[in-house]
Amino acid sequence: MTNHWRDIRHADVILINGANPAEAHPVGFQWMMRAKTDRGAKMIHADPRFTRTSAVSDKHLRIRVGTDVAYFGGLINHVLTNNLFHREYVEFATNAGFVVKEGFSFDEGMFNGFNADKKIYDQTQWTYELGPDGFAKVDIAHPRSVLNLMRQHYSRYTPEMVERITGIPRDEFLAVADIVGQTGKPDKVMTIVYAVGLTHHTTGVQLIRSGALLQLLLGNMGRPGGGMNAERGHANIQGNTDHAISWDILPGYLRAPAPGQKNLDDYVARSAAKKLQSNSLNFFGTNYRKFMVSLLKTWYGDAATKDNEFAFDHLPKPAADSSWLSIFDAALQKKMEGLMLSGMTATSIGPDSNQVLQALSNLKWLCVMDAYATTSSEFWRAPGLDPSQVKTEVLMLPATHWIEKDGSFTNSGRWAQWKEQVLPPDGQARHDHWILAEVFQRVRKMYQEQGGKFPEPILQLVMPYKDPAKPELDEIAQEINGKSLVTGQRLATFADLKDDGTTTAGDWIYTGHYPEAGNLTKRRDGIQDPAKNDPTGMGFYPNWAWSWPANRRVLYNRASADPQGKPWDPQRPGIQWDAAAGKWAGDVPDYPATADPAKAESPLPFIMTGEGVGRLFSNGVSDGPFPEHYEPIESPVQNPLHPKVSTTPVAFLYDERAGRQNRFGTPDKFPYVATSYRLTEHEHYVTQNVDQLVALQPEAFVEVPAELATEKGIKNGDAVRVSSMRGKLEVRAVVTSRLGPLTIDGKKVYQIGIPIHWGFVGIKTGQHWLANALTPFVGDASARTPEFKAFLVNIEKM
Amino acid sequence: MEVTRRQFLHVGAAGAVGAAGAGMSPLGFDLGAAVTVRQELRIAGATVSRTVCPYCAVGCALLAYTKKDGDGKTHLLQIEGDPDSPVNEGRLCPKGASALQLALSRRRVEAPMYREPGAAEWKQVSWDFALDVLARNIKESRDRTFVTTDFDGNVVNRCEGIAFAGGAAFSSEEGYLATKLMRGFGFVFLEQQARV
Repeated sequence: MTNHWRDIRHADVILINGANPAEAHPVGFQWMMRAKTDRGAKMIHADPRFTRTSAVSDKHLRIRVGTDVAYFGGLINHVLTNNLFHREYVEFATNAGFVVKEGFSFDEGMFNGFNADKKIYDQTQWTYELGPDGFAKVDIAHPRSVLNLMRQHYSRYTPEMVERITGIPRDEFLAVADIVGQTGKPDKVMTIVYAVGLTHHTTGVQLIRSGALLQLLLGNMGRPGGGMNAERGHANIQGNTDHAISWDILPGYLRAPAPGQKNLDDYVARSAAKKLQSNSLNFFGTNYRKFMVSLLKTWYGDAATKDNEFAFDHLPKPAADSSWLSIFDAALQKKMEGLMLSGMTATSIGPDSNQVLQALSNLKWLCVMDAYATTSSEFWRAPGLDPSQVKTEVLMLPATHWIEKDGSFTNSGRWAQWKEQVLPPDGQARHDHWILAEVFQRVRKMYQEQGGKFPEPILQLVMPYKDPAKPELDEIAQEINGKSLVTGQRLATFADLKDDGTTTAGDWIYTGHYPEAGNLTKRRDGIQDPAKNDPTGMGFYPNWAWSWPANRRVLYNRASADPQGKPWDPQRPGIQWDAAAGKWAGDVPDYPATADPAKAESPLPFIMTGEGVGRLFSNGVSDGPFPEHYEPIESPVQNPLHPKVSTTPVAFLYDERAGRQNRFGTPDKFPYVATSYRLTEHEHYVTQNVDQLVALQPEAFVEVPAELATEKGIKNGDAVRVSSMRGKLEVRAVVTSRLGPLTIDGKKVYQIGIPIHWGFVGIKTGQHWLANALTPFVGDASARTPEFKAFLVNIEKM
Repeated sequence: MEVTRRQFLHVGAAGAVGAAGAGMSPLGFDLGAAVTVRQELRIAGATVSRTVCPYCAVGCALLAYTKKDGDGKTHLLQIEGDPDSPVNEGRLCPKGASALQLALSRRRVEAPMYREPGAAEWKQVSWDFALDVLARNIKESRDRTFVTTDFDGNVVNRCEGIAFAGGAAFSSEEGYLATKLMRGFGFVFLEQQARV
């Protein structure tokens, strides 16, 4: 989230896409209801199903899954065509006026720069025209200004085209466009709330970006009640992303180094943003080296010196994408020998669970660390598998769970909240981090005694804990914060990090969470005393826990005030310039604290980008500088915008690339669109171990539109078989009018809903069908997030 | 009459037992008073710990009540929403409200288990055995699949044959240690729940 849960109550309009917060995030949803009840906010829910979120929304738009770019694109077109955008904000805080380099084109679904052999775009072709000073040329009236190119690009997204693609009737769309368009006024603000219903697509990154573009145009980024707000689905996905259990980043969103980068100069040159305006602060780009050197000093200590580039060579450099799908693809190709799964079950998660089961069977060894048995620890005896044929060696290590250890969880709103250990470990269970630390010590000992391939990083990794096999999470929190190697004192701000090897920081965005004064994530000054604990009255509660970075509660908040430093809406200030005091007041400013907006040399408002402003046009994603609608890989129709390039030309098709048989279905055999989701009473798969929750939602089912059920002779409660090209489910049908038919480009299209929670492990062992047996093994062009949310199936009465 | 958790405890401590009338059963028995007394006894003198819900990422703050019995064993009595939290204001959904059952589940894995290639059953093993197997597997697979220099002559120092994925319910500090140790091994296939 750019903002945080409680902040949503400041919104005038709440646009919800790819999410069902009333059921999936019920307690967070109270802040959307508060916006409605306290200030009359309008709630608009675009979703294939009529859910409990829809039931309390002012408008529910039945949308075809995977078509949100068309919906947002239509809204962008509406806002641009009718000049409803927040002009002063757009000129102050976005790259609308930047001139794009000659050669930019978009034709029949293809941007310029496509390499047909490699099936990738050369993203460096999407750039700005530079002036003699080396900075981007700015001229909003130029035919190739970002604003004018955007007008042209989105002019195709007419209400009629939106209807053809999404299935939302033109009149309903226009009624919503009217509400959304009004939030371009300075005293109005809209929030966009989304979840994995946007991310789980081959166009997932662009689905979200299209919402962000709309928010920038309407002047809603950086403002209380505004922003792009992702609802994360697990307790600490946010914290574990921040700390980079992800192939492509290092802690604090530093890029993982890539082959060919020989030293830190190379690394920084290819990773950090370049300054593109004379008064762009480019804070991240400018300080990139300091954050990286401080990380290397933290990990490699005395072995990281100026002379050896602070042990830059110790960091592994991946050959190619190494994310979730790539792990199982490598196993299918028998290139992967071992897999460690800690609190994640590959089999249930999928996608294409049957193919994942094959991948697990191809491994030499699998180690599962979990509090409970999972469909991965038990995969070798999954229904239909013969254990004697599965040659994988499997370890199941009993791990503690959340209540048996301390440490912090970072919520969707970036609030890091410390939790105390409540119970001792159950039985023989051990903490995951103790298991990992102990194994590391054992492997290190083997390398000390026996040698082996490039042992230096293992031998030299700093383990500065009282017991290196049993680190305390408090010790690790201090390591993450970092310190001065000169004074030995923990740092209070990342502004003090250096690139000369005299500071450490395990994750620079968390520097300041544990200063000498103590661990700030333990703070609990909340609503017991609002007058004292919420001095601005805006709900920031700065002394409840701690949020990254710098305890800032709303990201990009410089854009909450006009160029002179006055809040766009004085009733809902983020930060404001206090001329008398000579500093910014309110939330922790996302800006130099004493930079006077009246001075011409004061930096541009978005300090983290090279441009100094928000990017309506960007070369940061691999499938286009502007979001474009492409069909899901499995779709019932050809793309009405450009049928010859129906799906994204740059999706990585794993099976095809590896020479395996194609596993995608076509609408003649699989005529119905399916999507997957959660129920309130379950969280993925772990809750199959909780009696009360299993009692509340005991059995796997699918939701079938009433009209389709009539066509197929399916009655409520009948057993049905739902099949895709990859697998099948045999479960009960819930016949419902919550899912209705859509008319897509003149064709009647049904959508089927599939809750994900069941598998062959759990209290009710009869419920063994894996929803992800149906889902396709393909992901987003940039992020490789699997397309769980839009695929084709057939359904038959059993 | 609406009574907050805080007032409720206060009232209980002062010896007053609930609001007459509000909880009257058809038989004229004051259920409210009975419930108050029972709750009061169950968590009276308990240790209150602050924790956070383990399910979605709203981050609802929880209060957990524990007591130690005579032989030093800690018993979890109750989990409820923290009324002071600006995030949840004491509220919880069905999952958070049943967090106690997750905490006290009878379905925990009791001991390290080992399954030999082709075997039809688990074998219970010691931690020492299990950690040795894992350490040896890591060492052998790493040595077999480690690439120091790629085809183009670039120094890459990566292990291509082992992947690590976890864990959306890790404390952040555990996640950080995992990142650090796995990259220390040279692993590049690293993933958690963010994409899936």
